[in-house]
Amino acid sequence: MSKTTAPVIVTDGLTRRFGELTAVDSLNLTVYPGEVLGFLGHNGAGKTTTVRLLNGVLTPSAGQARVFGLDPATAGATLRRRTGVLTETPSLDERLTAREQLQIYADFYDVPPQLVRTRVDELLEIFQLAERGDDRVSTYSRGMKQRLALARALLHRPELLFLDEPTSGLDPVSARQVHTLIREQSRSGNHTVFLCTHNLEEAQRLCHRVAVLERGRIVALGTPAELGRNLWKGVRVEMETAPEAVASACRALQQFSPARDVTQPNERPILSLTLSDREEIPQLVAHLTAAKIPLYRLMPQEPTLEDVYFALHERKEKG
Amino acid sequence: MNRRAVRAVVRRDLLLVTRSKGVMIPLILVPLILMIVLPAVIAFAMPASAHIPGANRAGMEQFLEQMPPVLKAQCAGYTLEQQLVAYALLYMFAPLFLVMPLMVSTVIAADSFAGEKERKTLEALIYTPTTDLELFVGKLLSAWLPAMAISLLSFVLYGVTANLSAWPIMQRVFFPNPMWLVLVFWVTPAAAAVGMGAAVLVSSRVNSFQEAYQISGVVVVPIVALVIVQALGVIYLSAALTAMLGLFLWVVAAALLWWGVRIFRRSEIIARW
Repeated sequence: MSKTTAPVIVTDGLTRRFGELTAVDSLNLTVYPGEVLGFLGHNGAGKTTTVRLLNGVLTPSAGQARVFGLDPATAGATLRRRTGVLTETPSLDERLTAREQLQIYADFYDVPPQLVRTRVDELLEIFQLAERGDDRVSTYSRGMKQRLALARALLHRPELLFLDEPTSGLDPVSARQVHTLIREQSRSGNHTVFLCTHNLEEAQRLCHRVAVLERGRIVALGTPAELGRNLWKGVRVEMETAPEAVASACRALQQFSPARDVTQPNERPILSLTLSDREEIPQLVAHLTAAKIPLYRLMPQEPTLEDVYFALHERKEKG
Repeated sequence: MNRRAVRAVVRRDLLLVTRSKGVMIPLILVPLILMIVLPAVIAFAMPASAHIPGANRAGMEQFLEQMPPVLKAQCAGYTLEQQLVAYALLYMFAPLFLVMPLMVSTVIAADSFAGEKERKTLEALIYTPTTDLELFVGKLLSAWLPAMAISLLSFVLYGVTANLSAWPIMQRVFFPNPMWLVLVFWVTPAAAAVGMGAAVLVSSRVNSFQEAYQISGVVVVPIVALVIVQALGVIYLSAALTAMLGLFLWVVAAALLWWGVRIFRRSEIIARW
């Protein structure tokens, strides 16, 4: 990801209303080339509407957006040549074969005619659909359909890829294949990926930054670690000791002043505590060693995106 | 306008049409029945009816007296049987022929617009770089071109069937007359445009191909009315009247399609389609 070059997406107060409902509310966002940005939110949070606004499929009620420096509201057709979109439902023509489907969309995207055949064969191969390329899509499994939809989105080699719930309903193997492809997209050729998902694990694995969306508004934006630091003060640490040493370990920790919130989450000889800073970890290790506490494992725990997401949600619930 | 994109829309929609039994069955059966089976049966049955014992030949002669002057001129020197065949196959069938362009364009446009909505495949299309107008024109052509092709083919098949099956009575090639040429080359394209315009209008309001097809099928009602008023002798389709009918249909088609262009916009499609 490169923050030194011009951003791919910039929005300024982007808003879209449908009657009384504000689907996207004053969205301010900057996405850089090569970045995988996770767009997290419940169903109805405004993710799909944002994708539509950024592709010039919907016009904003207020504010503005620039994608590749173009205004989607007026230059939608031009910028859609450079974007690829995987919609939430695969939106495939089930009466066509995979090959026909890709050939027709190659015409829509003006892929040079002499390259169409090679490109289609290549994508069918990459997405493991080559053997079934001449079968009608209606005979495909859910995973195959999703892979075909992704192949279609990549057909014209877009610089910016919008993926709306790309692994929804996929089995773990297919989901993993899709994850690998997304990573490859980002790594190769500085492609930018705008990933709408409510799968927190997926976002954690794939995204450089995440934006958490609630009722059309961004309530948090940053890397998962940045978001965690904003939400919680200190570093959570987990340590494993011998079963018979749990009580003495607890006493030793109580004598170590930087440690707080010492808990034993379950029956296992694992203790959890909070330190103010990572720098206190070597002191903690020295303290436990001096107290002759057997120490099998000690790990600082970065908050997961799931922790962040639910903490944000709880904070909002509490008002 | 990007012709390649328009061609891609047409190719896609035609492939989809040819792979749907629900769409293909009426496209094959209706022309077959209306333009081949029915005229062949009538060519045999009408003259025979004049020979049925007790048939009112005087009544038939009186009825044929009311034929339009053009047809009377064409039928000068014809026997009663020949006049009956000429009346049935030249005049009675003329309005029925309009069912072809109307039905074909309605069925395909209903599948292309409402069917697409039903199959939830419009969303992928609207993210392509094609403009709203290119998409709309492509979809219209994918309904209009087959409507014209099937109508022209029906015209040829009808002409062959009518001339061949009536040959024992007529002993000459009597079809087509100038009115039919106006009907085929002026009215038929307009009727096809009206059919698809109606289907677009209905498709924006309903959610399935069947609904769109059934509701927009109402466009054939005026055709049925035309058949009836002609059978009752209220009007006869002369070449001039046919040309007027064509003009009227072109105006209706233009209005429907103007409205269609206005509603077939991405933002509208997202909200209503």
